[in-house]
This record gives sequence, C-alpha cells and structure tokens, in this order.
Amino acid sequence: MTTQMLTYLFVGLSFALYIGIAIWSRAGSTKDFYIAGGGVHPVVNGMATAADWMSAASFISMAGIISFIGRDGSVYLLGWTGGYVLLALLLAPYLRKFGRFTVPDFIGERYYSKTARIVAVVCLIFVSFTYVAGQMRGVGIVFSRFLEVDVNTGVVIGMAIVFMYAVLGGMKGVTYTQVAQYCVLIFAYMVPAVFISIMITGNPIPQLGFGSEVIDGSGLSVLEKLDGVLMDMGFSAYTEGSKSTIDVFAITAALMFGTAGLPHVLVRFFTVPKVSDARISAGYALAFIAILYTTAPAVASFARLNLVDTVHNTAYEEAPEWFGNWESTGLIAWQDKNDDGIMQYGAGAAMSPTKPIFTDQIGSHGQRVLENKPTDSVNEVYIDRDIMVLANPEIANLPGWVIALVAAGGVAAALSTAAGLLLVISSSISHDLLKKTLMPNISDKQELLYARLAAAVAVCVAGLFGIYPPAFVAQVVAFAFGLAAASLFPAILLGIFTKRVNKEGAIVGMLIGLIFTFSYIVFFKFYAPELNSAEYWLLGISPEGIGFIGMLLNIAAAFAVSKVTAAPPIEVQALVDDIRIPSGASIAQDHG
Amino acid sequence: MVEQSQNSPSENQTQQSHLDQEIVSVESAKAYWHANLRLLGKLLLVWFVVSFGFGILLVDWLDQYSFFGFKLGFWFAQQGAIYVFVGLIFIYAWRIHNIEREFGIDDDDPINPGEEK
Repeated sequence: MTTQMLTYLFVGLSFALYIGIAIWSRAGSTKDFYIAGGGVHPVVNGMATAADWMSAASFISMAGIISFIGRDGSVYLLGWTGGYVLLALLLAPYLRKFGRFTVPDFIGERYYSKTARIVAVVCLIFVSFTYVAGQMRGVGIVFSRFLEVDVNTGVVIGMAIVFMYAVLGGMKGVTYTQVAQYCVLIFAYMVPAVFISIMITGNPIPQLGFGSEVIDGSGLSVLEKLDGVLMDMGFSAYTEGSKSTIDVFAITAALMFGTAGLPHVLVRFFTVPKVSDARISAGYALAFIAILYTTAPAVASFARLNLVDTVHNTAYEEAPEWFGNWESTGLIAWQDKNDDGIMQYGAGAAMSPTKPIFTDQIGSHGQRVLENKPTDSVNEVYIDRDIMVLANPEIANLPGWVIALVAAGGVAAALSTAAGLLLVISSSISHDLLKKTLMPNISDKQELLYARLAAAVAVCVAGLFGIYPPAFVAQVVAFAFGLAAASLFPAILLGIFTKRVNKEGAIVGMLIGLIFTFSYIVFFKFYAPELNSAEYWLLGISPEGIGFIGMLLNIAAAFAVSKVTAAPPIEVQALVDDIRIPSGASIAQDHG
Repeated sequence: MVEQSQNSPSENQTQQSHLDQEIVSVESAKAYWHANLRLLGKLLLVWFVVSFGFGILLVDWLDQYSFFGFKLGFWFAQQGAIYVFVGLIFIYAWRIHNIEREFGIDDDDPINPGEEK
C-alpha cells in the first residue's frame, strides 16, 4: 500500500472511531451536555484533559519552534506544564466543590453580580475564539499535505466531524472522543520520536537519548554536537538563550497563569465526581501531558541535527524526496544565490520578505523560482518551523505507516482541542448569557437545544476563521494566554483565597487586566510594529509576556477597590467557607 | 448594573445538605484551612524554585555543572522541572487527603460514610 492510501486509511479509521463514540455517548440533559453528567473517572478525565490541552500547536509547532530557538523554547515547556500545578493546587478542587457548569458561573455567583458574569463571558469568548481559529487551520494544513485535498476542504471535513460529536454529545461525547484522541496522538508522537532517537543516539527513550552521545563515533553528546555545528554555521549555540532573563521570566509566568485560567481546561474538572478526584485528575492530566512535553525538546534537538546534516551543502538535485514534497506546499524554499546548485544553509533570513512568494517558473535545477529578493546572508534555504514534526518521519526515512500515523495524530490533536473550546463557548452562551441573564425561564430541554444551536454556530464561525484566516490569527494564539492570565485567573484565585474581594474589585480588576494587556499587544503588534523591540518595551517585557504584568495590575486593582467599597454579603462569605471544605460535594451527583 | 439573586428553582441542586455542613465545626474548618495554606506554601515554593529559579534565574550558573550529558540548568528548563511538577500534584493530592481525614472533612465514599471512617 502507498503512504497516501495508508494515510486515508488511518485518518478514516480514527474518524469512524470518533463518530462511533459520539453516537454511543449522546447527551440527554444539560448536565450531560455541560459536564458529562459529572461522573467521569479521574484517569479518564486526566486523559481527556491532556487531549483537550494538547492542540495542533503542541503537536505540530512546539518541537519545531524549540528546534529553531533552542534554550529560549523552555518558556513553552515550563509555561504550558507549570500552569497545571497552579490549577491542581489552587483552582480545580474548589471549582469542583462549587459544583456548577461554567467558569462564568463561578465568577457570577462569587461576585454576586451579572456584570461580573458578563465580563467573564466576554473574556472567555475572546480567549477561546482566538485559540480555536488556529486549530481549524491546523486541521486544514494536515489535510492539504497528507491527503492532498485543498486546505479549505480539509477545514470543512474537520468541521463536520467536530459538529457530529460536539453538537450531539456535548461534554459527554467530547470527553470520550478526547480519550480516543489522546491515545491516537500520543502514539503518533512517540513512534517517530523513538525511531529518531535510536537512529541518532541508539537509545530508544527520547528523554534519555537527548543527553546521550551521538553514534557517529565523535564521542560528543547530542547537545554538544548541535552547539558546535550551529556555531560553525553562524547560529548561536543551542543551549544558550538570546532572550533577556526578565522577558523569559515574564513570558513563562504569563503562559503558566494563563494555562491555569483557560476556561476549556478548567471546565474539565467540573466533570469528576469528587473534590479529591479533581486534584488527582489534574495529576494524571499533567502526567499524560508530560509524556509529550518531555519528548518534544528531545525531538527538537534530533530534528535540528538531522536537518542540518541532510540539507546543508547538499546539491538540490540530490536532495531527498521530502524536500520537494514540502517545497510544493510552500513551507520550504531554496534560492540559489551563488548559482552552484548546492544548498547552503546558515544563520539569517534567506530572502526578503522572509516568507517565500513563488512564481510559476521552475529553475534550472528543478526548484520553484521565487519573487523574493535575496539577502546578503549566505543562507539560501527557507524552512517553516511548523514542518519539523510533520516532516520528521520522512527526514528519518521511516516507513509509510509512521507518516500516516503522524497525520492522524495531528488531526486528533487539532480536533480534540477545537471541540473542547467550542463547547465552552457554546455553554457560556446558552447557560450564562441566555439561561442566567436574558431568558431565566427556559426549561432544561430548551436550554439544551440552545446549547446545541450555540455549538453549531460556533463550529461554523470557527470553520470560517479556518478558511479565511484573519491575518492576525497566527500572532494572537499565544496572546490568548496573556489575556486569560490577566483577566480570568486572578478573579478565580481571589474568589477562593480571599473573602474580602467584592464585585466592584473583581470587575475593575478584570477590566484593567484585560484592557491593559490587550492594548499593549495591539500597540506593539498591530499599531506600531516598528517599535516592537526591547528598548521600547515596558521593563523589557515583550507583548508575549505582558499578561504577567496585567495579572499583577488586576490583583492590585481588585484589592484597592475592594478596600474602599462594601464587603461582600454574608451569604457570599459563607459560600467561600463552603467551597474551601472538600466534603459534601458528592451529594450533588445524586441529583443527576 | 442590575443585580439579583442567582438562584433559580430549576437549577441543578448543587448545594449540599444541611446535615453534612453541621458535621464540620467552625474551628476545625479554620484549622484545616491553615494546614492547607501551609502545605500549599511549601509546595509552591518548590514549584517556583525548580522552574523560575533553576530553569530561568539561575540557569547560567547551573549550566557549569554537567548532568547525564546535559548542562544542569538546561536540563531543569527542558526536562527536570516538568517531572517535579507532576510529582508536586500527586504529593499534594496525597498529603491534603490525609489532612482532611484528620479533620474529618474528607470526601471518601459519601454513600456509605461508615465504611471509611
């Protein structure tokens, strides 16, 4: 069988599995739809959370980014895992004890205010939509490369699948499909990683291979060799950082606190039966996530070494097949600056503008001819970071079924996250906006219908974002974290750990955090991008890390405003006392 | 701003029964909360030290030491801190559950409360 057919087979089988699970686990009530009936086993929830969490960005892009920026890539590894410690220790158990359906539910009740609830809904929708648009695009990219269908057709197929199980099954359908998706994606990630680790170091465990010697007789470890090779080519050393310490600190903090404040992750902990289950479930979730997150940096270093070996000083006509495959998708380009027919790879942008713009012509060596102007650097090759994981099996000459598996894994990662996000968007609309604010008299059945309608609309909007990606999407996905850190995280944290912070404090805090972070990002990314460099940044903190400062401002404002306004009513203080005590939450389940 | 009570009768009953609440005295609830905060303080200190400390602030200094083929600071930033994070969550889940049993406010098996306690 050809790789192409295998890919169709693997992706098709995985889709059949997801749809089968969706039909088996249809939601019958709003409780099923919002929180899967509240009876999900902690290990199952941990696995579903891991799939929910690991998006196309984690699966496809993260190792690629680390591969190109080396030690600075630690911000993603630390930020996107460290947030789970905060989640498990500071938020999840208390939200589970509170025992409602959504994150705005908690903020609305703890701050006894519809305004606070609406502000939380706005933050949630803003954060979730920026994030979901990137997922749909990820589905499209995988489809276009591996199934050779048009990106837009890929997006439509992805929408149809998510529609099936998110709209029919709600949280219940999503939970069990996410378990299947976790298995698919982690298997798809680990198999090529193990092969490549064996190929480069002889050690089958990538985490250990990462620190082992390269089996080329040089006696150097992977990282020593990589540092040496990269420095020879004019790059900076892989194990040295180039970002300032304060910026690395702020970005890591923004990603961590943002992770803990992401609504689609938080809501997963509403689905387990008990408070203690919420804690243990977060532990399982992080353990499942850590398998991929400790493998990614190893894959990143292997891939970089492999890439340099294969591409640098190789004649274009002798380049391996994958080079041409990816060139035809536009993610690789070569500009023969010195007319020798050999690809020189090195530091600096190969062309201006940085991203290739292809003409229809074919050059003398068979390469696609570019409109871009050559730059002064010796580098002749453009390589998109996103291809590192997807191209890895081809670069390492792995068999066709591994390539097919990676395609199925990439789609699983993107779909699972998209479904989780669409669900929190739809439940915040049907539950918080309609039931709790605009139409309090609707029945459970009607609310369920509205939840399905909202999910259907959200799927379509997300699909449109995927087909017509707004130019800003790629840039803003990382900022969803900054916004979550600056708005939702402090409101939830203070709601649990203080009794004194009142509705005025929380509302002002959320708005200040959101507006400050949003303005800073918009100013440097869209309004005055020419000023986007360390000398103009506040305290040397880049827009990626500014959510950390936004969070501190939020907390300061919440305390200051609360101090000069009336304390929360006595019932609310009793509510806080109540959520701090774990016993008693399980009884709620008996009503399901 | 219009504020009103958020409780509607058709909402899923999620408040626990009064019977359950009476078992927990105000003093033991307070003592439990302080024990919890102390435990959180210790674990979050570890969380901060391995990530922001070893992985970011002290990374260059730690890099002079070698650890199984890695520079030590680099290892913490890209591997070690993540392992510690996983451990911290399980340690917290285990320790706090013991503390809860001590104060009699755990959530073990609520249907047959006689069995565990």
